[in-house]
Parts: sequence; structure tokens; C-alpha cells
Amino acid sequence: MDKQYQKKYWKNNLKYLTILLLIWFLVSYVFGIILVDTLNKIKIGGFKLGFWFAQQGSIYVFVILIFVYIKLMNKLDKKYNLEE
Amino acid sequence: MDIQTWTWGIVGFTFTLYIGIAIWSRASSTGEFYVAGKGVHPIANGLATAADWMSAASFISMAGLISFSGYDGSVYLMGWTGGYVLLALLLAPYLRKFGKFTVPDFIGDRYYSDVARVVAVVCALIISFTYVAGQMRGVGLVFSRFLEVNINTGVIIGMFIVLFYAVLGGMKGITYTQVAQYCVLIFAFMVPAIFISIQMTGNPIPQLGFGSSTDGVYLLDKLDGLHRELGFHEYTSGNKSKIDMFFITGALMVGTAGLPHVIVRFFTVKKVSDARKSAGWALLFIAILYTTAPAIAVFARINMIETVSNKKYTELPNWFSNWEKTGLISFDDKNNDGLIQYVADTSVNELTIDKDIMVLANPEIAYLPNWVIALVAAGGLAAALSTAAGLLLVISASISHDIIKKIVNPKISEKGELVAARLSAVIAVIIAGWFGINPPGFVAATVALAFGLAAASFFPAIVLGIFHKRMNKEGAIAGMVVGMVLMLYYMMRFKFDWFGGGTKDDWWFGVSPEGFGTFAMLVNFVVSLIIASFTPKPPKEVQEIVDNIRIPLGANEAQIH
Repeated sequence: MDKQYQKKYWKNNLKYLTILLLIWFLVSYVFGIILVDTLNKIKIGGFKLGFWFAQQGSIYVFVILIFVYIKLMNKLDKKYNLEE
Repeated sequence: MDIQTWTWGIVGFTFTLYIGIAIWSRASSTGEFYVAGKGVHPIANGLATAADWMSAASFISMAGLISFSGYDGSVYLMGWTGGYVLLALLLAPYLRKFGKFTVPDFIGDRYYSDVARVVAVVCALIISFTYVAGQMRGVGLVFSRFLEVNINTGVIIGMFIVLFYAVLGGMKGITYTQVAQYCVLIFAFMVPAIFISIQMTGNPIPQLGFGSSTDGVYLLDKLDGLHRELGFHEYTSGNKSKIDMFFITGALMVGTAGLPHVIVRFFTVKKVSDARKSAGWALLFIAILYTTAPAIAVFARINMIETVSNKKYTELPNWFSNWEKTGLISFDDKNNDGLIQYVADTSVNELTIDKDIMVLANPEIAYLPNWVIALVAAGGLAAALSTAAGLLLVISASISHDIIKKIVNPKISEKGELVAARLSAVIAVIIAGWFGINPPGFVAATVALAFGLAAASFFPAIVLGIFHKRMNKEGAIAGMVVGMVLMLYYMMRFKFDWFGGGTKDDWWFGVSPEGFGTFAMLVNFVVSLIIASFTPKPPKEVQEIVDNIRIPLGANEAQIH
């Protein structure tokens, strides 16, 4: 298989990884830990927002991130004819 | 019917189910024994991974831990779920494409070195043994409380069950029993949570329930108020420093992604895209429990405080004296007023409660029917047994495959290797049971160690092996050894008081031993990269392996080596 072609596929994959991992970092480390006190000033229902991200929100986002990655990669595999 | 009859009935039924599945799906080749013949459906693998991952600690201890630590407990919630994002994005698809049987297989081949393989085997064994001891203890705990048998008898019954289906079924048997165990454990976890959520807030969804109100006051505000009254720190804000929260979350996430019994589950699916999918399903199934646990923590905390605080000792409900018998609750009437003072100030406080009982006692505290209480016992057993089985398989594969087949006797026949695998599983069960009966005092400390070691050793070596083609054996071995030694040193110094010991003030950068895995991991990365930059490039064949694992096509040819 063409090396150049494979490289492009890999670059594209790395781009997806970077974006998704930035979101992963944002919802847990930034919202759940670093900015938790600021976000706690906002209340949604009975939840302080920072507390909610640390105990609920980050987990929901993690699940979504993986399913988005599955979707993106299935598309990418198809585009580059690398599907099994 | 009373609790005991219900418990024997439900536990007996689930055990029969597990054994039935094991007989139906017994392994007949090493491929089936190690990786279930690589034919597991991604959803089934997601279910099995979820059960494999959620241990006695997740089921029994976690909600209790959060219940007592409030916001600080978030490190477990984020740490033990966020690792799956790393697994799905950085590890699982590529390791599946690589297509061998174990994690040391990958390390040994990618770094073209038996030294690297042995280092990886040692890490895998230390991690798995420390972890499995805790599981067997969990089995004993459930048996002793609910079936009123001796804790050691409980451990032995658990050993026989695991022995039977792990040795007979190998990975194939374990996979399908884990699917059943997930169903048992999630049902057992959710039923009381939903009941209590309705009872306390009228909302049947616990995840929303703990943000709703009761008698016009938000539950969380009420709890913060109770905590202030009794002198504890506010439930929704923490005690730990930010930097420590950060490092602990990191160590748990990266450690999760580096645990060999979790990684190996992704070797069992048919193709690369299935490995990604099963990571997604696994996290979804795990998230159901992990988003419910903080709700249970809040319900249990409020219920507990309201039941005991300033109440007459003689008028407490039955569950209190039942748990007193196990020694997990104790009351010491310091001022002899017959009332229970439960406050933060240790000189006045009269009640000590073991965190581990919160989930198990919760249904009793909330006066739920007996069958629900029995169900929780069966769920705790399912969680402990499924994780124990997964770990035992890693141990047996490390010995029979990585050591015997790959290093000591490469000419061993398929049949011989299968016998060796089963024998090592038997020995591993016996050692695990021994640890369960004579738990080393440091079990709690060593679970943190297991995560720290996985983070400090495996994770960088695998990630660099995939994403950095230039990484060579010198770099990887140096990184793993330095990471592991550093982690062991820090742990022994601050947990066991060796090498001069030390207190909180001596922690490096204020990082606790639990969070040190993140630090050791970073050191591993740096050491690996520096050493690799002035030692020879890896050979051409190895660079081709790296190119090959980066594309999904052809995963099924890869397994015929």
C-alpha cells in the first residue's frame, strides 16, 4: 500500500485524537478540578455546576467522546479504503 | 421470607448460572483460553469489560468512599471512567491490530527484547496479584455478613467457583460469565438506588434525584447544612488540594488504561473497529453504575446521619446491631448519655463506621424489602468474582505464555501450553485465596500501588510504541524501570515508612502516594525519549510493525503468526 496514503490517514487520525483529548481534558481537569470553585457559583437545579461536572457531566462527555471517535474513524476507514 | 433464605436462593441461582455458562463455553485451544478465539461481539465484549473492570471496590466501596469524602471522591468517578477515553483512542485499536495474546507480548515484540518482555511480565504479575487479593477479601466480606458463614469459608467458596470457571473456560468461559455477572451486578446496584431515589425525592432516576429537592430544600444543600452542623467540611466542596486532585485523577485514568486485565479484553474481538466499539460500549455500561454511585452516596449519607445522629443507642434499628457484630460499626458512649454523637471532632465523636458497608447496608437503612438486600449481596459477589477471574487469567497467561512459551521452552506443544495455563490458573487461585484469608495489612495501599505501577510502567511504553516510531528498546526499558522503581520508592517511603518515611509535608510538590503515578509516568516519558534519542533506531522490521498497527486493515491475518 502507498506510504504517502497511509501517512495522510494517520495524520487525520492524530487530528481527531488531539481535538477529542482536548475536550476530555477540559471537562474533567479544567471544569471538574481547576475551575471548580468558579463554576460552583452557577447552580442548575440542586447541582453546583463544578460539582456536577466532577461527579456527573465529565462521565457523560467521556461516553459521547468515544462514540464520536467511533463514528469519525469508521468514516475515515471507509474514505481510505482501510475497512475490514 | 427472611434475608438469609433470599440470599442463599439468589446467590445459589447466580452461581449455578455461572457454572452452567462455563461448561457450555469451555476452552479447547490456547487461542480460546487466552483471548476467547478472537470472536467476541463488541457489545458482549463491552459488557464483559464492564464486569471485568468493576470490582468489589467499585460495587461495594466506591459509593461509601464518596459518601464520606463528598467532592473529593470525584477523583474516583473521573479517574476510573476517563481512562476508557485513553483506552479507546490511544491503545485498544492498535493493540488489537497487533493481534497477539498478552500485553508483555506487545512490549516484547515491539521492543525486540526479552528483557523488555520480562520487565512487562513482572509489572503484570505485581499489578494483578495486588488487585486480586482485594477481590477475594470482598467475597469473604459479603459471605460473612449476609450468609453468616465464617469469612474464611466465604473466601474458600469463592475460590472454588472462580477456579471452576476460569480453569475450565479460560477467557472464553470468563467472557460469557462476565456478561451474566454484569447483568446481575447492575441490576443489584440500580434496584435499591431507584427505590431510595423515589423514597427520598420522588424522582425514579437517581442521577437526577440527588439534584432534586425534598420538602422544598435541595438534597445537596440539606447535606451541606448537616455537614456544617456536625463540623465536617461541606459535602460539595473538598478537603484535598487542587494539585493532589489533579494528580490522583491522572494516575487513576492512566492506570486504568494500563491495567493488563482490561487491555487484554480488547484482544478478544474480531477486528479493529470492533475494539473501538467495545471500548465505547464498555464505558457506557460502566457509566450507568458510576453516575449512580454519587447519588447513592448522597442518599446514604443523609439517611445515615438522620438515623443515628443524636438518637438513643437502644432505639436504633436492627441493621445497626447486625453490622456491629461484624466490627464494621462501633459505638463508644464517651459521655455516657446513651445518645450517639456523630461529629467531625474525634475527641467527641462516638461512632466509627467502615466506609465499605455503605452500599451493603444502604437497603437496610432505607427499610427496603428483603429480596433487595439479598440481591445486593449477589451483586457484590458478581463484581468481585468477575474481576478476580479476569486477573487470574492475566496471571496464568503471563506464566504459561509469556514465560514458559516465549522464554523457557518455545517448543512446548499447544496441548502442553494449555495444561500449563490451567495449572498456573490453579496456583494463582490458591495464592489469591491465601491473600484473601490472610489479608496483608497493606491491601488498601497496594490498590493505589497497582494503579500507580500500571501508569508508571505500561502506559508510556505502549503509547510510545504506537505513536513514536523512533522509540527503541533502550528507551522503553529504561523508562519502565525508572518509572516502576520511582513509584515503588515513593509508595514504600510514604505508605510503609521505609527509607526514612515522612509526612504530608515531605510529599514532593504536595502530591500524595495515590497521585504519584502521574508523576512517575511523566518521568517515564521523559527518560524514554531522552535515552532513545541517543541510542540506535529500532530495526526496520520493527518500524514496519508500527506502520502496520496504525492501519486497521488486515487484523485477522495478524493473528496467524
